[in-house]
Amino acid sequence: MSRMVDIANHIVAHAVKLARVGVVSAYPITPQTQVIEEISRLIESGEMDCEYIPVESEHSAMAALIGAAAVGVRAFSATSAHGLAYMHELLHWAAGVRLPMVMANVNRAMGPGWNIWCDHQDTVSQRDTGWIQLYCASHQEIADTVIQAFRISEDPRVILPVMVNYDAFVLSHSYMQADLPEQEEVDRFLPPFRSAWRLDVENPLTHGSVIYPGDYEEVRLSMQQAHDAARSVIAEAAEEYRGLTGRHHGALVEAYHIEGAEFALVAMGSLASECRVAVDALREEGLAAGLVRVRSYRPFPREEMVELLGGLKGVLVIDRDISFGMEGALYSDCKAALYGRAEVPIFNAVAGLGGRDVPYTTIMDEMRSIVRGERREAVSWPTVCLNDHHLASREGMSRCG
Amino acid sequence: MAKKERKHKAPERAAEPGVITTLSVPVVGSVGKTGSWRVFKPVKDEARCNNCLLCWIYCPEACISKDIRIDYDYCKGCGICAVECPRRAIVMVKEEKGGKSSR
Repeated sequence: MSRMVDIANHIVAHAVKLARVGVVSAYPITPQTQVIEEISRLIESGEMDCEYIPVESEHSAMAALIGAAAVGVRAFSATSAHGLAYMHELLHWAAGVRLPMVMANVNRAMGPGWNIWCDHQDTVSQRDTGWIQLYCASHQEIADTVIQAFRISEDPRVILPVMVNYDAFVLSHSYMQADLPEQEEVDRFLPPFRSAWRLDVENPLTHGSVIYPGDYEEVRLSMQQAHDAARSVIAEAAEEYRGLTGRHHGALVEAYHIEGAEFALVAMGSLASECRVAVDALREEGLAAGLVRVRSYRPFPREEMVELLGGLKGVLVIDRDISFGMEGALYSDCKAALYGRAEVPIFNAVAGLGGRDVPYTTIMDEMRSIVRGERREAVSWPTVCLNDHHLASREGMSRCG
Repeated sequence: MAKKERKHKAPERAAEPGVITTLSVPVVGSVGKTGSWRVFKPVKDEARCNNCLLCWIYCPEACISKDIRIDYDYCKGCGICAVECPRRAIVMVKEEKGGKSSR
């Protein structure tokens, strides 16, 4: 074991090295840049045996990854926000032709307004591309999840690309400690990549060509079945990793003080760490509060939601995203999982968009209003605070009209 | 491949293990005899041809064999061979009305 004290972006690079990745292709974007800077440094210094393919865009980066995985090479990329959006078409492609690969995405707001800070809108917008999406809450979890992600992605029951997501700046740029396993331990956990299919001149085949209506649905159903199978594969990978390192960050979810809880918070990423502080403070006030941190957003932890939230007196789902015209996306998913299976009063707070701070005291206030039965609206925006700038903008817009 | 012979599978088969993907392996004429799409037909002039094989290299459908025989079952009549032939040994001839021969 070696201990690092570094920014999460550098720690990711070292986890990628331990995973013996053969090809990295990426385009720099704030707040992801140091991931690929550190990988480049490791390759240049000879510490990492890997091909780095410089590209002119994220679209090309994902194309290069598809090419690498299609000839049977373990591949990694990293991006954020607009870079991820630029990959959109090829995200469908990588998942649709069933290529294992791992990509780190540093969760950042989508512009305009141009904003480099933490927000989940970028990855939530890619929810339905077929990628597995894991969200991390600490530097240690990010390191461990990158290694686990290759196992999950390459498992014959899954064979889907995996996105490892973590929050801009709060995690990506802050210095924290993380323990990395030894190379021999990782090698035992993650055997050499053996692709399910590969491009081979001796045995010609192709992927992703024309599919008539008579064949298309079966392919899509197979992807859905792979996501269903991934539920136990994610849990197994986490469990086996615990045997290796003693560390466990949860399977599809990580529950905190949920036993005996009457009220619960649901959140993803670093916001869930803030929720832990709120839970501790609410418990001190004598309120039986708990937390369900969603670690795997796709596949979604349907059963866990029913099991952990069913029968509670109130649930608050905090979204760092907004599905315009509806509500927070995580909130919709939680309600869908519970529908017809558990009666739970469930509310939504859309908060922390574009890097807005969400103090634990705000989370406590939101929870207290649910506990007191004062909460009327399903969806609140508790961190919104209109000031003179916003009013000036309103004024300007009215003049334009 | 025999596209038309494929029967609709019973729903319970969907639950069987194994991955269904977009993978396909090369077979001759997987979408049928595409020669029927042809409007103009390449015709080789034996006297002018000097076997340079440029037509064989350029044919995007691999419809010209190395002994320069054109496979009219699958040739779509794109005309690239006729354009590339430096000796004009291949000319495009309009298919006869009603009967796109796949001779």
